[in-house]
Amino acid sequence: MSTTDVIWSEQNTSPNAIEEALRRLVAECHSEMEQCVPARTLNLVCVVDREWSGEIANRLRRVGRYHASRTVVCTVEPRRRTIDAQATVSVEGDIRNGEFAGMRELVVLQVGKHHLAHLDTIVDPLVVTDLRTAVWSPHGHPEAVDALTTGRAGGAPIAQVVLTDAVDEPEVGNALSRACELAERSEVVDLAWLRCTPWRERLAAAYDPPARRHELHTLSKVSVRYRSDSLVSGLLLVGWLCAQMGWRPDQLTRHGDLLRGRARARRGEVELRLEPVDSMSTPGLAGVETRSDLGTMLALERGEGGLTARRREPSKRRGEDPFEHVWTVLGASRGEPGILGEGIRHALMVDRTFKPALMAARRLLG
Amino acid sequence: MTTTAAGQTTGAEDNPLVEGLERLPVHPTALVIFGATGDLARRKLLPALYNLAHEGALPERFGLVGNARSPMTDEEFREQCIQAVREFSRRPPDEKVLAKLFSDARYVAGSFDEDSVYEGLSISLDALDEVAGLALNRCFYLSTAPTFFPVIVDCLGRHGLARREEAQVRVIIEKPFGRSLEEARDLNARVLSVFQEEQVFRIDHYLGKETVQNVLALRFANNMFEPLWNRNYIDNVQITAAEDIGIGSRAGYYDSAGALRDLVQNHMLQLLSLLCMEPPVAFEADAVRDEKVKVLRAISAPRPEEVDDIAVRAQYGPGIAAGEEVPGYLEEDGVPPDSNTETYAALRLEVHNWRWAGVPMYLRTGKRLARKVTEIAVTLKPVPHMAFQSPQMSTGVRPNVLVLTVQPNEGVSLSIGAKIPGSRMAIRTVNMEFLYGTAFLSQSPEAYERLIIDAMRGEATLFTRNDEVEAQWRICDPIVKAWESTPEPLPRYPAGSQGPTEAERLLIGDARWRSI
Repeated sequence: MSTTDVIWSEQNTSPNAIEEALRRLVAECHSEMEQCVPARTLNLVCVVDREWSGEIANRLRRVGRYHASRTVVCTVEPRRRTIDAQATVSVEGDIRNGEFAGMRELVVLQVGKHHLAHLDTIVDPLVVTDLRTAVWSPHGHPEAVDALTTGRAGGAPIAQVVLTDAVDEPEVGNALSRACELAERSEVVDLAWLRCTPWRERLAAAYDPPARRHELHTLSKVSVRYRSDSLVSGLLLVGWLCAQMGWRPDQLTRHGDLLRGRARARRGEVELRLEPVDSMSTPGLAGVETRSDLGTMLALERGEGGLTARRREPSKRRGEDPFEHVWTVLGASRGEPGILGEGIRHALMVDRTFKPALMAARRLLG
Repeated sequence: MTTTAAGQTTGAEDNPLVEGLERLPVHPTALVIFGATGDLARRKLLPALYNLAHEGALPERFGLVGNARSPMTDEEFREQCIQAVREFSRRPPDEKVLAKLFSDARYVAGSFDEDSVYEGLSISLDALDEVAGLALNRCFYLSTAPTFFPVIVDCLGRHGLARREEAQVRVIIEKPFGRSLEEARDLNARVLSVFQEEQVFRIDHYLGKETVQNVLALRFANNMFEPLWNRNYIDNVQITAAEDIGIGSRAGYYDSAGALRDLVQNHMLQLLSLLCMEPPVAFEADAVRDEKVKVLRAISAPRPEEVDDIAVRAQYGPGIAAGEEVPGYLEEDGVPPDSNTETYAALRLEVHNWRWAGVPMYLRTGKRLARKVTEIAVTLKPVPHMAFQSPQMSTGVRPNVLVLTVQPNEGVSLSIGAKIPGSRMAIRTVNMEFLYGTAFLSQSPEAYERLIIDAMRGEATLFTRNDEVEAQWRICDPIVKAWESTPEPLPRYPAGSQGPTEAERLLIGDARWRSI
């Protein structure tokens, strides 16, 4: 796959000069190759520390096909007072005769710490108007996120979506509180939540056949295993079950590494259990197990080519062993680079189940 | 209300876990492919199954049973499936998913009319139920020559495979659905003597294309078009399905079908009915299909003496395509030298209803034309008074044209008059473009992926209903018959050209065929 780039750069520049250069680059690229037209899907503003910007650039390159159409990377150097910028317009892939190719625009800004509280005034001219804008700030800098998600003087904010990964936060309680605060004014796309998606889909599918629906309302125990840094994914999954099923969760209590607690359902109590595992190479969940008052059990584990599912149900004849079925629920792993791409894709969607799951997850932590 | 994986409508509270999911669960299903070693299965169906599996979109319990005449073991069939995916999948396969997908695939060898085939299928399907521990829905995919459709359907009925109490049974039928109105009626009668209409999914893969579904979104999700969408503002409609390639290795099929049967009777009339239908009460299968059928019924079937006035056919002759000399249709391998099968068909139809009366609907399709393009062009009437008439002021301002491109540059374009920059008031036509590839991040699934999953889910909106097929044939049948009764040599157009000049005579008033 080939890439065609046109580049502009300037030191000690201004947002208006960058915007003008961008317009010129897009027109230049289009006049040189008529089939190249600007893509217009999503603005993504990334706020990153200078020393880690290379790693972030790598992550952004590896997102697969889900690129924002205009990406503005604000590289933060603590003592910088001026703004340097480089703008690139690129067309990826072979341009085939008679077919259009989408251009992508990348702006890399060098900014100082003192710029962050007013980052909206720098970024405003650089994002495409009337297009959704997401902000991703993987190295903290909450003042930058606040500046972009809070409208100045009662106006509309620059960014409507905050892309975050609660797994990166050192303290889970703070991560959930911050997410709740952001969710009050923006759409939040949390990669920790997206890591739960295959598990949510499979739990929903397992209880979807009409003959199994009633079982959902007899669940008595939910156990979740997670990589030791991904407690937040486990909490969000349990929070989602509580929110969707109408269960009222109590605060979990710690027993060594184990977190245990209860949720009150209409029929009775549901035991909740979250346990870390050490053997996983990627963040996220390792397994989910549900048990019901009817004596049935469903376990989902990571496996080759998808999730390994195990279902046990009691025999209808007294004295006989329970039946057990084991199968693979097919699906390819997206991997960690893929999860960021999913986050970018989800920035264009609205997920109404996240916020209730998040609130329930926070209640679980007390 | 939601539709469950088993196709039942229930209150959302029945499975609250499905709320907000991008991929709704599909009821556990066993898919039987008749003609599992054929071209369609290898190129489209098996890769579509793989891509669904890759994305985690297949039912959590899924079984595949293949049938074809060639004797082969289950193991050999699995290997063929894997090879087909490696060769034709739109994405490089994940080997672990690929291996798992076909690890329990089964194969039943035999002709479509052999009782042993259906006994074998029954055993395999029961075994899949046993392994799953529940009654799987069953989908029978007829990926065979159309002559076998009634044979297979009859046999499924006779062997008790058309219905089951604990789960749903569905049959998916490929086009062509008959070669004439009479055949379509016979086939419908045969199919509906065994299956209920809601069990039957007649595939027209055009309906699985995102851009075709976008015709409905464009019309019914935007208030700006509806006031213009009628005879008062629209001058004419042109629907083009042009191919730059010849018939390739399909001479056997193509020479017995021709352009009218191959594309007009199904795909192009689908596009026309989506374009002209009234807003449905809901985006539900029967509500949408009811409106489409009304459009087809509002088109008069031509009388034999009218056919020459409203239809043109032609054959491609030798010519130059993509810089290379290419043979004419009659020189293609496998084509009889005296064939008068049309490789080009153009029609002028009219929808006789309040909205569309008097608006010509031009349809054309052909092989070996200048370019591959499928589009719908809606030309509006000119403004009542053009103030910019002088040659200095206008460089050929034309009426607005809204073009919905189905392929290859999927999108929507609207031509408008705009002032040329400068001190004079000079106008020329420019285009406002929306291109799918530049506006969305999600990738369109292949048409077959969408349709297979819809059929498994029992969602019939994108499938053709029995009365719709018959209404399509009612329009095309008199043209087919008239053409078959006049065996003289057809007009020819050079390969790589815009098509035959004879097509010009269909145009009314100032209308011109758009450049392909």
